Amino acid sequence: MQTKPIALTILDAASVIVLGIAAYLALVFAPTELVMGDVQRVFYFHVGTAWVGLLGFLIAALSGVVYIITKDMKWDRFEVAAVEVSTMFFFITIVLGSIWARPAWNTWWTWDPRLTTAAVTELIYVAYFMLRQGIEDPEKRARFGAVYTLLGGISAPITFMVIRLFRTIHPVVIGNQSAAAQGGFDMTADMRTAFFFALFAFTVIFIDLMWHRLRLGAFQEKVEQLKLKVSI
Amino acid sequence: MQARTSARRLQAAKNRPSSIVCRPSFVKAMMAVVQKDLAAEFRSRELLSAMLVFSLLVILIFNFALELDIKTRQSVTAGVLWTTFAFAGTLGLNRSMAVEKDRGCMDGLLLAPVDRAAIYFGKAISNLAFMLIVEAIVLPVYSMLYNVNLFQAGLLGVILLGSIGYTAVGTLLAAMSVQTRTRDVLLPILLFPVAIPVLLASVKASGGLLDGAEFSEILTPLNILIVYDVIFIAVAYMVFDFVVEE
Repeated sequence: MQTKPIALTILDAASVIVLGIAAYLALVFAPTELVMGDVQRVFYFHVGTAWVGLLGFLIAALSGVVYIITKDMKWDRFEVAAVEVSTMFFFITIVLGSIWARPAWNTWWTWDPRLTTAAVTELIYVAYFMLRQGIEDPEKRARFGAVYTLLGGISAPITFMVIRLFRTIHPVVIGNQSAAAQGGFDMTADMRTAFFFALFAFTVIFIDLMWHRLRLGAFQEKVEQLKLKVSI
Repeated sequence: MQARTSARRLQAAKNRPSSIVCRPSFVKAMMAVVQKDLAAEFRSRELLSAMLVFSLLVILIFNFALELDIKTRQSVTAGVLWTTFAFAGTLGLNRSMAVEKDRGCMDGLLLAPVDRAAIYFGKAISNLAFMLIVEAIVLPVYSMLYNVNLFQAGLLGVILLGSIGYTAVGTLLAAMSVQTRTRDVLLPILLFPVAIPVLLASVKASGGLLDGAEFSEILTPLNILIVYDVIFIAVAYMVFDFVVEE
């Protein structure tokens, strides 16, 4: 068994540290927003997790395409790792968004383009795992997974466009169109520091988790191969 | 001298690419798959009857669930119709691929010396045909039961475009889901999140047409439908090979 690389251990420690700093910046350092109050502090982590969630989705779709072309199992591991990590981050994004939306929009959920697309994307991820679970042959699992991430990667942006086009044609009935009423605000310099640091922190954590998941994938593959050898 | 020329001619005949001799053309192969599916279906009528009865039941259930009085009818007709088509569609897609898998017909099809894409298009066209037949029966029944005129050229066009997109993705995903352990259960879970754009655009366009909206208002969903159809037919054409390969 491979030992854990030192760089990974360092990255683990770095993730914990940057998460701590990001939490401090978001919860203490950044000034309280005038209109919304303390609940606005959720925003820093909300955008941070959403950013890495989308990053993971993009990586997954791309590695799906690369797998179809090269047929190298390495890219399949990459794809699974990206989907798994970003599913978790996306879920956190949705939960944090709901927590913010309750006081700001006075509802846990609306069928706004972004929210709808987030929900549909999450459902595509879940379907992806169910698809993979039902297939034993690792090579076939990788093929089907790649095809499905490709389909999902094309379909999700179209969903976003469809809903946004409809909303611009038909006026929004509930809620006002102006930015302030929807919860928009201008950031001060301190807020911006906290915001960009949160983005950075979650990127570090994302890379760390991806790395762990990739190693786990390699081990899984090895175990599967050993099992096959024993059964023969 | 003569013997040499005839030998040379023989050699030339041997060297001629065999694909010209024994490979049927793409369209021919595609139509053969369609013909096979339609012939099998019109003899057994398993799939069509199941889809039909199922969709009528769905409409019946909606009637009670939504209390389809005259006022609600106006606003929900498009949604009810497309939900019915989507559900009945998954039923048909599942069955048409499961039949191939169960009796080992898929292997036979794959062994045929034709382009695999021809098999995909053949299956997709026959699935589309089943869906359109069901729609052709559901529409008049719905019109009669709820006294809504559904026979407008525009609406029929939207239904055709929506069905094309739905079966294009559905056929590809059904080919995948029948090869998994959970098969029948998996198809709707895989298909619905990916098919949401086509269902949304279809509902919007049909709803607009039923409300008597102007053509320019329906243009956007129509464009999206066409774009979705083109993109997903192209993607399915490219990746079908990977899905059926053993």
